Amino acid sequence: MLDIALPIAFTLVSFALALSLLRLIIGPDLPDRILALDTLYINSIALLILLGLYLGSALYFEAALLIAVMGFVGTVALSKYLLRGDIME
Amino acid sequence: MSLLAFNLPIVALLPFAGAALAAWASKINRVASAWTAAAITILALAFLAPSMHLPFQGETLVQSWAWMPAIGLDFAFRLDGLALLFALLILVIGLLIIIYARYYLSNKDSMGRFYAYMMMFMGSMLGIVLSENLIQLVVFWELTSLSSFLLISYWQHRKDARHGARMALAITGAGGLALLGGVLILGNIVGSYNLTDVLAAGDMIRAHELYVPILVLILLGVFTKSAQFPFHFWLPHAMAAPTPVSAYLHSATMVKAGIFLLARFFPALSGTPEWMWLVGGAGLITFMIGAYTALFKHDLKGLLAYSTISHLGLITLLFGFGTQLAAVAALFHIINHATFKASLFMVAGIIDHETGSRDMRKLSGLMKYMPHTAILAMVAAAAMAGVPLLNGFLSKEMFFEQAVFAAETNAWAWLLPVLVTIAAIFSVAYSLRFIHDVFFGGEPKDLPKTPHEPPRFMKIPVDLLVVICLAVGIIPMFTVAPILAVAAAGTLQGVPPEYSLSIWHGFNLPLMMSILALILGVGVYFIRHKLFAIHAKLFERLDARVVYHAILNNTLAFALKITRGFDKGSLQNAAVWIIGASVIAGAIGFMSSSASLFGSREMLPVDPVTLVAAVALMIATVMTVVWHAQRLVSLITLGVIGLVIALGFVKFSAPDLALTQLSVEIVTIVLLLLALYFLPQKTPKEIGRFRIGRDAVIALLSGIGATLLTLAVLTRDFAPISEYFLENSVPGGGGTNVVNVILVDFRGIDTLGEIVVLALAGLGIYAMLQGMKLPAPNKDIYGRFWDTDNHPVIMQTLTRLLLPLMLLVAVFIFLRGHNLPGGGFIAGLIAAVAIIVQYLSNGIAWTGERLKTDMHWVIGFGLLIGTGTGIVSMMIGFPFLTSSFTYITWPVVGKFEVASAIAFDIGVFLVVVGATVLSLVQLGRLSNASHAPHQNSIPAKKQEAK
Repeated sequence: MLDIALPIAFTLVSFALALSLLRLIIGPDLPDRILALDTLYINSIALLILLGLYLGSALYFEAALLIAVMGFVGTVALSKYLLRGDIME
Repeated sequence: MSLLAFNLPIVALLPFAGAALAAWASKINRVASAWTAAAITILALAFLAPSMHLPFQGETLVQSWAWMPAIGLDFAFRLDGLALLFALLILVIGLLIIIYARYYLSNKDSMGRFYAYMMMFMGSMLGIVLSENLIQLVVFWELTSLSSFLLISYWQHRKDARHGARMALAITGAGGLALLGGVLILGNIVGSYNLTDVLAAGDMIRAHELYVPILVLILLGVFTKSAQFPFHFWLPHAMAAPTPVSAYLHSATMVKAGIFLLARFFPALSGTPEWMWLVGGAGLITFMIGAYTALFKHDLKGLLAYSTISHLGLITLLFGFGTQLAAVAALFHIINHATFKASLFMVAGIIDHETGSRDMRKLSGLMKYMPHTAILAMVAAAAMAGVPLLNGFLSKEMFFEQAVFAAETNAWAWLLPVLVTIAAIFSVAYSLRFIHDVFFGGEPKDLPKTPHEPPRFMKIPVDLLVVICLAVGIIPMFTVAPILAVAAAGTLQGVPPEYSLSIWHGFNLPLMMSILALILGVGVYFIRHKLFAIHAKLFERLDARVVYHAILNNTLAFALKITRGFDKGSLQNAAVWIIGASVIAGAIGFMSSSASLFGSREMLPVDPVTLVAAVALMIATVMTVVWHAQRLVSLITLGVIGLVIALGFVKFSAPDLALTQLSVEIVTIVLLLLALYFLPQKTPKEIGRFRIGRDAVIALLSGIGATLLTLAVLTRDFAPISEYFLENSVPGGGGTNVVNVILVDFRGIDTLGEIVVLALAGLGIYAMLQGMKLPAPNKDIYGRFWDTDNHPVIMQTLTRLLLPLMLLVAVFIFLRGHNLPGGGFIAGLIAAVAIIVQYLSNGIAWTGERLKTDMHWVIGFGLLIGTGTGIVSMMIGFPFLTSSFTYITWPVVGKFEVASAIAFDIGVFLVVVGATVLSLVQLGRLSNASHAPHQNSIPAKKQEAK
């Protein structure tokens, strides 16, 4: 089952990755781009988990976990900048 | 272990501890720091006392510990007669100065700082005279330059003090560099840096072809330190220091360090024509210039400064004669000069203190107001002039005798006694001026204060020194003879020659020279006003400072010219030089080699996902360049690049690097956003097509170069050292995560160095931004006012929830670090980000109120734990930072490995958290209240969510 599911999942997530990048490039506005970066983070998490499944290894889990907790902070900081300019006040 | 096995390093290092103690004591009570300094000095004397008898028995005490055997650096101390004499001078006169300074310093001066510097200087001097290892001696030598800089610039608010200190540091520092060079060559040809070996190898050194370079380099050190011509000019400017400092530095210590070195190397370097001409020549010129100039100085301290230069010249000249008897005379004069010059400086200080002036044109008739001080001054000045029955007379007689003796050696040398007599005449004249101008002649006019006697304890040190002048002068055999004999034996490293210390040697040529000098000296004094006029006409404009500044300015201008040639203040320009040079150097390297560029390894197959990621990386990179003028947008594309690189690390089996890259990525985004707020939102347009074209070509070339280089490495099979680490990770470090084991165990000391740098960087950012407030824009790039909602509720709620989760992740990553990807550094970054995000979404005030931990302490504890683990392994007999580990079985967890490296990793963790949070929050504070609510907007919806 996985033999069939994984290639499909890889293809779809790669496609999502490409689309997120496209959104980041065409924008047109800053919030679009920030959201695109955030989506890229989420795509990467999916990609890492898939890689773990594919290789049958748990080693990639921490990287995914880290993107999940840390990527959010990047988005928060960028959004705060749009909102107030001063991200720490 | 008896005290004799380790007391010398204690004597030398105790004052350094005393410096900290004295500084601390001044917080309790001003005067307490003086007594602390005095107590430490007495304690150092007490530690020296048990070994004092050894030099008298003809023994040399050496205490040595291996330090860095590979470069010949031992931690080694030595006590022979010469070292004993100097150590006693430094400690005893130091003690007197400490007592004197207690009354000299005014209420406005910081006593703690003064005594801390003073003790540091005393320790450095003791280190020089007690060192057995030459490199160690040079280290202490440099420390005297540094601590004397602090002492001379003690009154930091005075421009002349700062200038004088800087000049002294530049001259003596340069000399110290030359000395280091000389010592390195010397140690190299002898094969040992230990004085015992060097002193025994005199014949070999003198016959060696490198003898002259060694001699010149070491003499440069000596002459700069001891203010010998042509480096004498820094000394008068150092008089801007408080008088106790001058009294200490210019009588018994600083300038005597050079003389000490002459005595120290006397058996190894003296006895050649080069020695005689260089040392003797410099000594003679200094002796004469100093004596002559001293007469024309109207400032009391200026007179004493040039007199010091002159007497140092005299001592140097004696060493230059190169005979054993001359060396004995030199040592004798060192003792005598230290006593009378220290007392004269202190008298000058008293006069300055009690009258408010040091100008001899204003001072007069003080005999009536301060008779006690006047008598002390008269005795000390008479000793300086060489009046019979005083100590200065005896050593001057010996000096004349040596000059006469040397006169017989060649046809022109008869000039020598004539020249030294002329210098002696001026010595008498300026000594007389010191007394007559100040204490006699009518009533003083327009002095800032009405003169009176100083406090009793200010005079006691002078009393003591003057009594010594008299005692040595009248009954030398019963006072100075034993210590002089033992110092002579230590200097010559053998039995000293026969010499007589009696005050009457019969009616001979030296006595005639003395009498002539005394009579003519008085004569010169009485025609001084005519001489002043002539001097003013001829020499007033001569100033060595002009030459010094010319050299200094030209050197600086030259250096600046070269720097400006490359660095035009533009980052692009600097990058062009650096990258261009690397490209050219790399290209030359590859072209000149015949080996094929690529190796024989096969390329890995490309899978579609990697291809997509690689294309994404390329697109993001190109877009960063295209959008570089819009800074925020290019920051977002930079985020994409960082993310894809982290994925690449995962893909190519470097999960540790991936975790680090991800954490650093986020911290970088926060840091750049903090900075971006204060910067222009757009980069100005580049000027000129040529520059854009040039930069594009260089960028392409360096990109191609880096690609080729990477390919060249990756297509080759090579055996890196990682094999070793892979094999030894579990048996040696007890962990299966090789990266972490390398960081905390195999290369632990590197990591320790790195966290120290990180800690310093964090503290540095904190200190530099302290109290700084920068103006910030109140509109965004589109010209809209910022939103008034400081901290949106949704964001607050979410991030508060996130804190425990993130900390849990940090703990998890930390604990598994030793065996699986993770570790203190990554965990530290995660924890730091967890805290930072609270500051982001809740504000500095809100978070600061709840997180009361001072990040300074976190950094401090981190370093303490890190270093502590290392020291513990040292104490149980292993090299620094050796990790030990054991396995324990926990109830639920099962077999668990406990390594001491985990403690070290905690240190790393704490420093990373502390430094990151400290510096980022400090950056955040820059804009505190920077944009107040603007008028057109709705008032802030809510202030602070509680």
